[in-house]
Amino acid sequence: MSASLSLWLAGAAVTMALASALVSLMTGNTTRLLRLVAMPLFALGGLFALLAGLGALLGGGVATAELPMGLPWLHWHVRLDALSGFFFCVVGLVSFTVGIYASGYIRGFEGGRDSLPALGGFGGVFLAAMLMVMLADDAFMFMVMWEVMSLSSYFLVVFHHEHAANRSAAFLYLLMAHVGGLAILLSYGILATFGHGFGFDAMRGADLGFGWASAAFLLAFLGFGMKAGLVPLHAWLPLAHPVAPSHISALMSGVMLKVAVYGFIRVLFDLIGQFHWQWGIVVLAVGSISALMGVLYALMQHDLKRLLAYHSVENLGIIFMGLGLAMLFLAEGHPVIGAVAFIAALYHSINHALFKSLLFMGAGAILHSAGERDMEKMGGLLRRMPWTGLFFLVGCISISALPPFNGFVSEWLTFQSALQVWQLNSGVLRSVVPIAAAMLALTGALAAACFVKVYGVAFLGRARSRAVRRARPAPLSMQIGQGILAAFCLLLGVLPTTFISLINIVPQQVLGRGLAQATSHGWLWLTPVAAETASYGAPLIAIALLVALVFGLWLMGRGLLRVRRCDAWDCGFAPPDAGMQYTASGFAQPIRRVFGMLFHIDEGVEVLPDGRRRHFLYVKDRAWELFYMPIARIVEQAARRVTRLQSGNVRTYLGWSLATLLFLLWVVT
Amino acid sequence: MSFVALLLVVLQMALYVLLAPLLVGWVRKVKAVLQNRRGASLLQPYRDLYKLFGKEVRMASTASPLFRAAPYIVFTATWLAAAAVPLFVTQLATAGIADIIAIAGLLALARFFLALAGMDVGTAFGGMGASREMLVSALAEPAMLIAIFAMVMTVHSTNLETLVDYQLTATVLRPSYLFALSALVLVAVAETGRIPVDNPSTHLELTMIHEAMILEYSGRHLALMEWAAQLKLLLYGALLINVFFPWGIAQHSGLGELANGLFFVLLKLAVLGVLLAVSETVLAKMRLFRAPTFLNLALLFGLLGMLSTVILEVGL
Repeated sequence: MSASLSLWLAGAAVTMALASALVSLMTGNTTRLLRLVAMPLFALGGLFALLAGLGALLGGGVATAELPMGLPWLHWHVRLDALSGFFFCVVGLVSFTVGIYASGYIRGFEGGRDSLPALGGFGGVFLAAMLMVMLADDAFMFMVMWEVMSLSSYFLVVFHHEHAANRSAAFLYLLMAHVGGLAILLSYGILATFGHGFGFDAMRGADLGFGWASAAFLLAFLGFGMKAGLVPLHAWLPLAHPVAPSHISALMSGVMLKVAVYGFIRVLFDLIGQFHWQWGIVVLAVGSISALMGVLYALMQHDLKRLLAYHSVENLGIIFMGLGLAMLFLAEGHPVIGAVAFIAALYHSINHALFKSLLFMGAGAILHSAGERDMEKMGGLLRRMPWTGLFFLVGCISISALPPFNGFVSEWLTFQSALQVWQLNSGVLRSVVPIAAAMLALTGALAAACFVKVYGVAFLGRARSRAVRRARPAPLSMQIGQGILAAFCLLLGVLPTTFISLINIVPQQVLGRGLAQATSHGWLWLTPVAAETASYGAPLIAIALLVALVFGLWLMGRGLLRVRRCDAWDCGFAPPDAGMQYTASGFAQPIRRVFGMLFHIDEGVEVLPDGRRRHFLYVKDRAWELFYMPIARIVEQAARRVTRLQSGNVRTYLGWSLATLLFLLWVVT
Repeated sequence: MSFVALLLVVLQMALYVLLAPLLVGWVRKVKAVLQNRRGASLLQPYRDLYKLFGKEVRMASTASPLFRAAPYIVFTATWLAAAAVPLFVTQLATAGIADIIAIAGLLALARFFLALAGMDVGTAFGGMGASREMLVSALAEPAMLIAIFAMVMTVHSTNLETLVDYQLTATVLRPSYLFALSALVLVAVAETGRIPVDNPSTHLELTMIHEAMILEYSGRHLALMEWAAQLKLLLYGALLINVFFPWGIAQHSGLGELANGLFFVLLKLAVLGVLLAVSETVLAKMRLFRAPTFLNLALLFGLLGMLSTVILEVGL
């Protein structure tokens, strides 16, 4: 497929998304137009984006074009290369399934007080802006599209604007998006100054010293890290993602965070182009801490969507750990291992997009059927919603990094690249990197614990509330959307060699070398470094498990595996009811006790006005009191000092303006 | 992949499932002798499994299809992990999947479904067992990985066959290996649910970890779950023996060599069983919140092992 055809497909995808937005503006009180026209257009946009991305990956070339938009002396340049193509595939696949899912989900908003045209309109603009960010080939277009992406997602987050908590969560999201955008702009400013131009081609040729390059790197890491939700800049994520409509949460968590990863890779690996081990250590450290803190806070939540949002923090931490390892190995002169770590980060990006969207869709299905977001009120949903339960189980197994699904492959690749640290000369690096890998292992095990809690409390056992006891299965379009993602989770877990040979062109274009040895032993074995070092035969394990499953089902069908039903064991006392089951907080209590110092825990017994006593437990994010509150206090104090300038006298203001003008004239000359 | 190599894999898988109850029977016999009793015969676990397979399955009315499927998934995943760990011969056809992280992943899959099965029926005991099991496993994973790291720093591979071959030709006693052995012994005790982390023969529900999750199972389901736990014990035993003390293992598929390898591994497993029985008799089960201290000790051993490759074993 030629490169220009992929670019045309990308343009068609953007057009479809904008068309979906335009059609949504004509919606009236019912959701029929949205469900029958706008959402299918959205899904088509996603499909075209997926095809464009595949074309860019398979074609291998780089397509550029110049659009007659933008400033008169700086038209918008677009570029579709392998890196953009890969992230186009990620965005496209998830958007396709979200479009199908939303056709059923949106029906729940009919008759509500919230604006349906806004939902569809801003949703289409959001997708178009994300695609355009990834096509941008100059800083101006990138920043404009980044702004449009942040603003349209703000309006989507604040969709349920009746509650003050939602409004303040959306405001915090907007604030942090803009602070991050400012940091990215400053980073581009440094690159543009040294590259003598705003186009990415000019920036690639910039000759930066270590100091300025580090400044550009830190600003870019700050800006993109804030958007990606790395600790401690993550505070907006667990507030904003839960309050948005579930299909938007799936889009934001699954796709928008990956656009931040794309931006970071583009600026650092492509535009800055040089690597230093100090940068690698910084990214690795921040990634490890995000991963660990994300999963620990997730374990303490009982709001299902907030729990999933904290898991996004964890998984983005894992992606940045992979990128940090890649930077480390590339700086120390080991391009092969660097490429392995890079591929591990890319693989985890698409894996996270798939299983996080799947899980958010499941949470949306539960919200749609039972109106419940609190896990402490759920239970026994597997028998009421069997298909949603099955797909949610696939998502839980994938995110816990268990074979034979996709999460295991990317974590295995990250471990393998970390285990190659013996090749480095520096003793400090050889001691520090294994500690980061141990933190990754702890993260993976805690994630498995968290999802045993989620699935066990929400889907197994008995229902803990009336609405959940009467939950109906989700509509067909929602099940289809989840099913497609679950199938891809399995596919990417069972055929990693096929997938890696597909995306091998990305490290080839970005880093200059690919991973030919990863698939050199045939499609069956994944050998990232060498066959003697490590190999993973995913299809074999999957086939063995499948054979066992089929054999068991056959035996059941033959009637050889009969069971007789009875009551559960109750120690001879009263029969167990729903209240005697383990709660979500109870399940996480041992871990809360062991890791207690990392949280801010408020626990006690309070006496209510009518004399009853109530046990309360609040687990708050430590980042607020350690990081955000001090910054807020400093900003307020500085602002109070600055107000002394505002004397109310016009002549003083004119004096200040004259002084500033003279100062600027002196600086310019 | 020759026919002989394939036959050896089938033979190894069969030996794993056949020998697992014998190891448990041996440990129980030695404990009984230490407690001045005669104890049950060595073949009693086989008789228990046979009895359970013949019994009818009674399932709680609130149990879901996952409860029915879990014993098969747990047994298959554990058996598959065991197929990759060399028992008495090294040149196997499954050398390709014998990646130690993949084996840990398969055991984690088994544990995931075991914990879910515990939460399925909707009683307090299952949830408690699942919660405790996930705590212990979460703390054991980093300790195991750091110990593996310490070994990988010298062997440069995570493939089990490479690890075994390296130790067979090693000429130096490495401090990192000793630290890794200590860490892995502690992790193995925690993961297989032996004293001092969990008591496999308790009947008090509030002291159970593994038993609480399988409390509702009966008949063939219970047989499969118990067999999977015995298989896990044999797996960890074979792992410790063949990675750290592999001398005597068969490296070619001659009949005499195979018999020799089998004899030596049975001898080493018998010694390991005696050591396990002695430690279970001498130590008492810790309360749950002392288990993190136990596993932090394992993590510390692993860290020391890893650091000693960087500091002590320079140039080796």
